[in-house]
Amino acid sequence: MTNKTLRNNIAFYAVVVVIVLISVFPFYYAILTSFKTGTDLFKVNYFPSSFDFRNYIDILNNGKFIRSTLNSVFIASTTVVFALFLAVTASYALARVRFRGRGLLLMTILAVSMFPQIAVLAGLFELIRFIGIYNTPWAMILSYTIFTLPFTVWVLTTFMRDLPVEIEEAAIVDGATPWVIITQIFMPLLWPALVTTGLLAFIGAWNEFLFALTFTASETMRTVPVAIAMLSGSSQYETPWGLIMAASVLVTVPLVILVLIFQRKIVSGLTAGGVKG
Amino acid sequence: MFKKHTLTNSPISSLQQQKQRAAFWFLAPMLFVLLCVAAWPLLRSIYFSFTDTSLTDLYGGEWVGFKNYLSWRTLSSGRTIYSGTLVDPAWWNAVWNTVKFAVVSVTLETIIGLMVALVLNAEFKGRGLVRAAILIPWAIPTIVSAKMWAWMFNDQFGIINDMLLTVGLIDHKIAWTANLDTAMLSVLIVDIWKTTPFMALLCLAGLQMIPRDMYESAKIDGIHPIKVFFQVTLPLVKPALMVAVIFRTLDALRMFDLVYVLTPNSTATKTMSIISRENLIEFDKFAYGSAQSTLLFAIIAVCVALYIWLGKLDLNGDQS
Repeated sequence: MTNKTLRNNIAFYAVVVVIVLISVFPFYYAILTSFKTGTDLFKVNYFPSSFDFRNYIDILNNGKFIRSTLNSVFIASTTVVFALFLAVTASYALARVRFRGRGLLLMTILAVSMFPQIAVLAGLFELIRFIGIYNTPWAMILSYTIFTLPFTVWVLTTFMRDLPVEIEEAAIVDGATPWVIITQIFMPLLWPALVTTGLLAFIGAWNEFLFALTFTASETMRTVPVAIAMLSGSSQYETPWGLIMAASVLVTVPLVILVLIFQRKIVSGLTAGGVKG
Repeated sequence: MFKKHTLTNSPISSLQQQKQRAAFWFLAPMLFVLLCVAAWPLLRSIYFSFTDTSLTDLYGGEWVGFKNYLSWRTLSSGRTIYSGTLVDPAWWNAVWNTVKFAVVSVTLETIIGLMVALVLNAEFKGRGLVRAAILIPWAIPTIVSAKMWAWMFNDQFGIINDMLLTVGLIDHKIAWTANLDTAMLSVLIVDIWKTTPFMALLCLAGLQMIPRDMYESAKIDGIHPIKVFFQVTLPLVKPALMVAVIFRTLDALRMFDLVYVLTPNSTATKTMSIISRENLIEFDKFAYGSAQSTLLFAIIAVCVALYIWLGKLDLNGDQS
């Protein structure tokens, strides 16, 4: 009996180790590669063999990469602030006020977030050309709203629905208007939800590729994903793998740290956005 | 949409009125923005698909009806020539690729995700650490994971070939991403690696809502764990699982970035999104690409409608 439990335990932990190894290995290998240069790159190593920081120095001295990072930071944070600003009041109305067509409206908003981006690409291209923001960060900020706004509205609505009614009722008895209820009473309670939703929307905007690829033309306007996808070596046939891996590690490490810090909150945010239908 | 007037003047209903008026003004800015960035571009894209607009002259297009979708003319010899997206083999190849990708990736992600969730649902030392570890693939930007795996799949210096050669599973190096036979497999592997954590976490959330004493009593009754899984666990997580599956399916059907970076220009992996962007932007067949993107939109809309109709999904929120 104890033998069997022991065997089961070992099998269980073996499964756990396999899960962790498969999850972490590609990122580990990218870090390993980012420290290799020259011919070292073409030797397969499973453990760290050299610590050459030249790739990192090269990528950081490359003004274009820094520029792309700044573009991405600016675009993602502006998009998130804009979406949260519009979503807080809208989700109050959707979560707390009963009106006809509310279900339909919520469903439409959810449908927009599941939109294939390609379906609006032609129309957005025209719109962006028409306003004259093609090849500027504003083109991305405008187009990212299509997925960040519905997502934030949807998640904040599910969060707000769970806030106790009594607080609101007490405020109404004291004569508070809906605006006061949102800004003075709900906002302090919503902070954790806002941080989570904002972070998820930020990650979405940071990682977006299709719009960023289509609506930028010059190298200085690129966002990080486009810059990494387009990184090329001195000749057409040579891919600078060390450089690409260094750039990849640099843009991923902050995300991974953020995700690990906000682990629990992210899981609850994802479940609110995905499971609660 | 909003109740404007009620005849009674009781304080409750005037409060309701005030709230509903406020609700309108709270919703208006968000709805206006969504109309501008979603509804209007969508309608314009659909409109473009019925014209002969080109990328360089966005306003010079003329109405051509269904020409971009399907048109035919009969030659003097009596032969009929068909043209348009609906008879374009490249388009149907992309449709087939996308469907194949969506079905296989979502199925495997659901099964593996559920298994990982079952492991994480057990109580063991270091559970928090494992959960953190599986979040890493999810946190990495798709483009970065595509590049990381492209390097690992590299035919000459890739670690995958090295591993498989060492173990003896293959006897020569394989060009995973360039080979037509293995390109789709590599895309599937990367996507499953990246998205299974998301599935696992959603499944785990569903699993954790099942009361523990249910398992306890099954254990006392001596029911086999596999039977417990199929008769207790699965029916209880099914609602959460189904929502996750539909989200993932819609996501897989519009797949773009991973394929674009991992297997550029491979006919074995070209998806609907890839081919319509190619026509829209790169090949200067703006209207033709619009027709393809409209078809993709139609396919996804039909899927959603079917799902809502079949599943009677409750989105009202009144019952939660």
